[in-house]
Amino acid sequence: MPIGLESWTLARPEIFLAAVTALLLVYGVLRGEGSAPFIAAATTVALLAAAILIFVPYREGTAFASLFVVDRLTATMKALTLVGAAIIIPMSRTYFERVMVWRFEYPLLVALSALGMMLMISANDLMSLYVGLELQSLALYVIAAFQRDTLRSTEAGVKYFVLGSVASGMLLFGASLIYGFCGGTAFVQISRALLDGKAGELGTVIGLVFVVAGLAFKIAAVPFHMWTPDVYEGAPTPVTAFFAISPKIAAISLTVSVLMGPFKPLFAEWQQIIVVVSVLSMALGAFAALRQPNIKRLMAYSSISNVGYILLGVASGTEKGIQSMVFYLAVYMVMTLGAFAIILLMKRRDIMVENVSDLAGLGRTQPMMAFAMLILMFSLAGIPPLAGFWAKLYIFMAAIEAKLFWPAVLGVLASVVASYYYLRIVRAMYFDEPAEALDRMTFGANRAVALAAAFLVAIFSLAPQPLSAVAAAAAKGLFP
Amino acid sequence: MSSWPILSLVTFLPLVGALFCLVVNGPKEAVDRNCRSAALITSLVTFLLSLVLWAQFDPAKAGFQFEEKLAWIPSLNIGYHMGIDGISLFFVLLSTLLTPICVLSSWEAVQTHVKEYMIAFLVLETFMVGMFCALDLALFYVFFEGVLIPMFLIIGVWGGKRRVYAAFKFFLYTLLGSVLMLLAIIAIYWQIGTTDLPTAFEKLNLPFQWQFWLWLAFFASFAVKIPMWPVHTWLPDAHVEAPTAGSVILAAILLKMGGYGFIRFSVTLMPEATQYFAPLIFGLSVVAIIYTSLVALVQEDMKKLIAYSSIAHMGFVTIGIYVMNMQAVQGSIFQMLSHGIVSAALFLCVGVIYDRMHTREIAAYGGLVHRMPRYAFVFLFFTLASVGLPGLSGFVGEFLVILGTFKANTWVAFLATTALITGAAYALWLYRKIIFGELTKDSLKAILDMNRREIAVFLPLVLITLWMGVYPASFLEPMAPAVDKLIGDYNAAIKLAQTASAKP
Repeated sequence: MPIGLESWTLARPEIFLAAVTALLLVYGVLRGEGSAPFIAAATTVALLAAAILIFVPYREGTAFASLFVVDRLTATMKALTLVGAAIIIPMSRTYFERVMVWRFEYPLLVALSALGMMLMISANDLMSLYVGLELQSLALYVIAAFQRDTLRSTEAGVKYFVLGSVASGMLLFGASLIYGFCGGTAFVQISRALLDGKAGELGTVIGLVFVVAGLAFKIAAVPFHMWTPDVYEGAPTPVTAFFAISPKIAAISLTVSVLMGPFKPLFAEWQQIIVVVSVLSMALGAFAALRQPNIKRLMAYSSISNVGYILLGVASGTEKGIQSMVFYLAVYMVMTLGAFAIILLMKRRDIMVENVSDLAGLGRTQPMMAFAMLILMFSLAGIPPLAGFWAKLYIFMAAIEAKLFWPAVLGVLASVVASYYYLRIVRAMYFDEPAEALDRMTFGANRAVALAAAFLVAIFSLAPQPLSAVAAAAAKGLFP
Repeated sequence: MSSWPILSLVTFLPLVGALFCLVVNGPKEAVDRNCRSAALITSLVTFLLSLVLWAQFDPAKAGFQFEEKLAWIPSLNIGYHMGIDGISLFFVLLSTLLTPICVLSSWEAVQTHVKEYMIAFLVLETFMVGMFCALDLALFYVFFEGVLIPMFLIIGVWGGKRRVYAAFKFFLYTLLGSVLMLLAIIAIYWQIGTTDLPTAFEKLNLPFQWQFWLWLAFFASFAVKIPMWPVHTWLPDAHVEAPTAGSVILAAILLKMGGYGFIRFSVTLMPEATQYFAPLIFGLSVVAIIYTSLVALVQEDMKKLIAYSSIAHMGFVTIGIYVMNMQAVQGSIFQMLSHGIVSAALFLCVGVIYDRMHTREIAAYGGLVHRMPRYAFVFLFFTLASVGLPGLSGFVGEFLVILGTFKANTWVAFLATTALITGAAYALWLYRKIIFGELTKDSLKAILDMNRREIAVFLPLVLITLWMGVYPASFLEPMAPAVDKLIGDYNAAIKLAQTASAKP
């Protein structure tokens, strides 16, 4: 089948990003080490430009013989992912310069993984889904181990690679079962086959379970979360921040488009799975971090519990549920970026520290940054009137509408437990005496990101309506 | 009626002061001085503004007044809807009155982080006033929970030795109660498609099965807040560890949020469940009254004693609300207001000697009357008000509650009355230990009587207590139509449910 012009225009952000990345790679190889600052800046601009290209001019439809789809939901998710990736690059600079690995490959790998994420989000076929997923994962494996002369970072990279491959294997196995029973890999074919009576067959259900398991690994939901704390702790901190946002947004979006698309006829089957996974994630994320001294591990558990809430919205399977998911993801991204920006600024005598207790007395020594962190932490804990509260409210509204009463009750109880460890950070900053003050948090990208994040959270808190409208428009993509 | 949004002004004016404190800069002394003055001025202006509210309030109307309605989150049908009736009017006034008093009382007591302290109190005031004015369930929840943030910081930063423990306990306990209420609010939302409270009054008609669960969810939140036995244990810790002004706000306003919530939401939205659960409330309240009164008798810490006495007083309030007749409900509201003034004053009394001696041990004092006659008078005045001496505010509320309860259930009234005896016992015992006797302890020999600032703190409270005791009508009359409507609606709903179940 010839590929029409329409296909090329629909995929223009992806094509643009791929072309720019390839050009920059060539430039980097020719120029050598000194090109890192230029390539970093250029990649950031390219990522933002790709995000703009999605909407100017906005087009929707399917392309490349239905391998690829663009609608409001995928466009919004791509924009979030790209903005996250674009912000991470300047945030990483100081960290990598300190450890002497500020190399031009890093921004390019981030861009490549972002490209993979865009393909994942837009996938409309099990094949394009897998290709996108692997492009993303391979780039991520490398940047997890980017600080290659430290043991922790390489260990994180290898661990992520081995476990990630297992998950990809499971996903592929599930996909082949689905293919075998439904007779096709395109989402429309699967959907049609399921509606034609294939839904009852054991093979399709087993295939579905394997696909969901593979996806659950990618979004770090319990019981496939085991890699998360180790990889989050071991990976270089900016990379951890990246892991916590963009790949997560992409994988959740992928999960939604798979479950709400081809597997919609199996709603009753997958809803049970997602509800159980969601409740377990919320509970484990809340309890496991209670005494966690390391703030990066703490954020890992925090991200697990946040995924639990997002999945609760997904499990409701309604338009409200998808809206709540988009809203939550946007708020979560802002809060997480802000928190990691502050973690990246935690230095004592010019050495990075990453324990909660190292924050002791920050409220006295650096009131401004402590105040920003305070807002972010209360927001993560979901205390009104902060943005995190609206996000949780949205999720629970969707859950109650879908009559998921018990998961909602367990969810709010888990949020109370989880609030304990966010409060521990506040406690360290404000209640504890400073042992030895942290270094002055210098001006720069991270400080700007932290303050901007706190400011955005404050804005979302008072006026959630604009974001809410964006989320509602995005959800229309799945419920035209 | 004035055309400008006076309720929003009263609610958000304190934030202007907080903003000023936030941006003020310079040497530490100047910043501290400016923040103190800014906080005092803004809270005083807020108070004056709230007096305008009282002056313009039409006491003959039962419905909401000064209403303001804006679309806030149209996509979720959550509105910014404010308004007050005779029930909430005085709670708003109580909040605006006590904030300047708290600021004034911590003028010298708080020396560290003055700026942050004042910001926290002003933000707290906004949340408190907003909570009493909110006529939208989601908006109410935002204010109700938002209170936790400044209070957590106030206890944790400026508190006593075990402040961290107390702050966490306070936060987690109350949060645990409230999140269930959030789910109940969402459930109501899906029934009527909005979180607007007056709409809910009109439209909401839940089957009993639903009322049962929703009532329990609301109960979880308000029972912790008010607090009822057996979920009261956060209160003694929080009261003891909080700085004086923090204890004042806790006792005077935060506990009232529970009682206000029962009246505003539980009774009106879930009348059948209210009737069904009334015996449970009576049982828990009676246990609370007797048990906490006895516990108060053996306390060695002054603040703890007053904290336990608060729980006993709140027991009266919950009984009164669930008796659901005119005298009892009015008595409950009056008791809450009176307790708001009197317990605040008692905590301030403790604060006066704590600032001088830095201990709250009852055993560390004795014979203060010889050095501090003015203090002895003020303390006696509020001790007697707390005990319920006729002519002071405490008597009116307790009397009305017992009167109303007696009509409904003699045994509950009888058991509750025992608290008057034990209450007098522990309060007078505390007074005797601290004020009377010989001044034998060397540490107390040089203690100074109250200074002018402290007199300025107590004077308004003394006058209001007298006023409430001598002429309670000025408070009871404005709330009467609203309470009357509350009870009328409740009885109508119960009757409707009974005829519906009799018919089948």
